[in-house]
Amino acid sequence: MTNRVGVMLRDPGFWGDNAALIGLVVIGAVFSVLTPFFLTWANISDLLVSASILLVLATAQQFSIVTGGIDLSIAANLPWAAVVFGLAYNGGVGMPVSIIAAILAGTLVGVVNGLVIAKLKVNDFIATLGMLGVMNGVALIVSGGQSFAVNSHFLQSLALGSIGPIRYFYLIAILIAVGAHLLFTHTAFGTHVLATGGNRDAARNMGIPTDRMKIAVYVIDGALVGLAAILLVARTGGSDPSLQTSQLLTSIASVVLGGSSLFGGRAAVLGTVAGALVLTTLLNGFTLLQVSEYYQPMAVGIVVIAAAVLSRLQK
Amino acid sequence: MTPILEIHDLKKSFGAVEALRGAELICPAGEVTALVGDNGAGKSTLIRCITGVHPPDAGTIAFKGAPTHFTSPTEARAVGIETVYQDLALVEDLTVWQNMYLNRELKRGIGPFRWLDRRRMIAETHAKLSRLLVNMPPVRAKVRRLSGGQRQSISIGRAASWGSALVIMDEPTAALGLRERGAVETLIGNLRGEGIAQLVISHDLEQVMRISDSVWVMRAGRTIAHWRTQEVDRTRIVAAIAGGQV
Repeated sequence: MTNRVGVMLRDPGFWGDNAALIGLVVIGAVFSVLTPFFLTWANISDLLVSASILLVLATAQQFSIVTGGIDLSIAANLPWAAVVFGLAYNGGVGMPVSIIAAILAGTLVGVVNGLVIAKLKVNDFIATLGMLGVMNGVALIVSGGQSFAVNSHFLQSLALGSIGPIRYFYLIAILIAVGAHLLFTHTAFGTHVLATGGNRDAARNMGIPTDRMKIAVYVIDGALVGLAAILLVARTGGSDPSLQTSQLLTSIASVVLGGSSLFGGRAAVLGTVAGALVLTTLLNGFTLLQVSEYYQPMAVGIVVIAAAVLSRLQK
Repeated sequence: MTPILEIHDLKKSFGAVEALRGAELICPAGEVTALVGDNGAGKSTLIRCITGVHPPDAGTIAFKGAPTHFTSPTEARAVGIETVYQDLALVEDLTVWQNMYLNRELKRGIGPFRWLDRRRMIAETHAKLSRLLVNMPPVRAKVRRLSGGQRQSISIGRAASWGSALVIMDEPTAALGLRERGAVETLIGNLRGEGIAQLVISHDLEQVMRISDSVWVMRAGRTIAHWRTQEVDRTRIVAAIAGGQV
């Protein structure tokens, strides 16, 4: 048994496959040594709360990346869905309808992305870059360029409430990630998505409707961004139409850290979760250690590159 | 006994180019039929007509005795004509069993909660392939980790496993080394016992002599000769391909 562990540890593929998880353990260990405040349930719980929105966005991003695509429009779809959510709720339609409106708003962007990519044969990067601009404009027009407060008892308890020690906020994010993981590993749909991303010609030869698969992943992606928008409004207490560029970049970084290939075909949802947690842990630890926030983007960038180098060991 | 596939006087033009000018072919059940000819002789066009990629202009294609007009590869596959493409149509990041059951997944559960029956697919992939393959790869391994011959074998094994009546193989061993080629040839031999008609396009005449029951030669869009393999030798096949006396 110890021998098998030894073999596993000497295999460079093991380190590459689990780069994010190993990184998370190492970074966690370093911070626990440096400050007694890191490894407390209160801090871990806070950390998970601040990772929740990123977790949902990274899972959304995972769907487009697994087909060899990328979704840049997340940065505009998130504020757009948040604005729709806020306007609907402040307009008095009630919370359930507002929630549906936010998810539909996000889904709509996904549908357009999917159709432009699958039917008009526009490259994923270009199509979602275009939608990034379009939806940024639409969100600004619809909101008049102003952020506004959304006051709701429901959103407050969503942001702050808990079942025992488990906060609703990250419970939702974890359920989404687990659901995505099961979809990829235990359903025919997930397998067909992986096949579409891994070898589109082969998938088509086997009779899989690859265009429909491509549209489907962007629809799921968009719906998840709509859900993330609700969490964002709950967390910040308002709708803000401005671009969420850092959320976009960290969502991509999380997926890459997690070991999914940007060329598609591989979905490492649990790796993506670990990736998002690594990035959030870095920020959390730096804050605890009172390191200037100016160092944070630098550390994130270095970690992403280090992970990419590690994952090259897989080959 | 009615052959699985019988083609008579098939013609197909692309604009001014006459790709097929009267092709003939018969593939009986349980036999390996070799299709040979120089590049541009019309072999690929003939295959594409059989699998529904191109509709022929004239002539007949009879499948199990009944005339057919496939308009798409999906229709051809539905009646049991499987093609092993040169790119093998395998997804490298999926496992052997996932590729084996790609788009034919076994599921359990009800309604929207239908999960993959992974255990059964793994067991049945093993059962199906280990009967046919010389060098059986682990069914849980990703295709990325397999050798060229193992990939070829899985692609052929998959094509033969789905109640197929006719399996068409385009240069199945062109990219393989000697030992791997032997394994694939053994697989083709094993499939003969399953009663499947196999149509093999090959440039390797030694191989044609080793594995086939009959040889059909095409030249300039026509079928110009065919023999039982045991009644012919390499020299006469070469002469027919090159255009000498038959």
